[in-house]
Amino acid sequence: MGFLSATLSMSRYHIQNTFETEPMEQVRKGLIKNAIPKLENEYEEISAGWTPFESPYLPDFEKFSFVFGNYFLFSLRIDKKSIPAKLVQKQMAIEIEKKKEKSGRDFISKKEKSEIKETVMDLLMHKMPAIPNVYDVLWNYETADLFLLTTQKAANEFFESIFFKSFNLKPIRLFPYTQVETKSSFSTTQKDAIMTLTPLHFSR
Amino acid sequence: MLDIATAYNKYGFLGNEFLTWLWFIVETDQDITRITASKEPITLEIGNSLVLENTLGDKSKEKITIKGDQAGLEEGTTALKKGAKVTEMNLVCTLGQEEEYKFTIKGESFNITGLKTPTAGRDGSDDEIEGLVLEKSLLLFRITQVIDTLFIKYLEQRISDDWKNKGFSQMRTWIYND
Repeated sequence: MGFLSATLSMSRYHIQNTFETEPMEQVRKGLIKNAIPKLENEYEEISAGWTPFESPYLPDFEKFSFVFGNYFLFSLRIDKKSIPAKLVQKQMAIEIEKKKEKSGRDFISKKEKSEIKETVMDLLMHKMPAIPNVYDVLWNYETADLFLLTTQKAANEFFESIFFKSFNLKPIRLFPYTQVETKSSFSTTQKDAIMTLTPLHFSR
Repeated sequence: MLDIATAYNKYGFLGNEFLTWLWFIVETDQDITRITASKEPITLEIGNSLVLENTLGDKSKEKITIKGDQAGLEEGTTALKKGAKVTEMNLVCTLGQEEEYKFTIKGESFNITGLKTPTAGRDGSDDEIEGLVLEKSLLLFRITQVIDTLFIKYLEQRISDDWKNKGFSQMRTWIYND
């Protein structure tokens, strides 16, 4: 459970807009609809979806809660199959040799090589188990604050896309500009003044 | 609002300047509790790493990394004189008497890594999970609240009329040890 570990990393979001009714029910529906499939699809390179914080490998939102006091806490799981290049290289060499023997030629065409590669990739993708990565999500619905417990760009992009798809609410990544726009109480005049600032130069 | 990707690149410098200002207020022993108008004492120290970056004339970048628990930061101030800004720093923040947080923050993204919060007591039972989650959540929101408040305070100073004669001038005096 990354969220409860001694050391953690996180990126922050502001959630734009709110649900019109029953936020808890809307979140529950969104999580269940976009939960990670219980059974792995053997041919998919990447599979991603929500899973309960307390049960990252058995995505059952009926059994495990996502409500903790005023917070929603759940996890994003991204399962990815990764085929080592050296394994592809080895399998390709074996298959090319087989093809040469079968055809009686001592060479194979570019097209044949490309077909072999496709077959090899399909075969390896089918055999290779997906590696799961779990990223916890802490959401304070009342304040529209959300923490995603990772700073990996690919995971952030997955999160932003699946969050919007699940809840129809846009997560806005917090960095200097968005912090000013969404979280500060600066007046329009003050915001304009900030947006016209240029970098400081301390050198003489 | 501007396009997010454009805004990220255009205003990333504000985050780097903010970290540079944080280093300045720590080094010049300014009262963080007063700056943040906090009801409880807040102290801030530079932790065990500081990264500065300087964009050179040909758009290439010079990166200076200072690491170590007792590392001297003189090279950092030398880099500031050459035009560098802090892009990443490790901080130790204490709230109240002994609520200690250690973390590294990046200027352009405000990403937080290696965050160690005060330890939550646990015995591992399932019943205890909710209590631990609530406690940890509170701690995370407390520390991010301090960071956010400091960033706002920096911007308030930065757009104030006396910034050039006060804040900027004081930072320059600190950098050049005038």
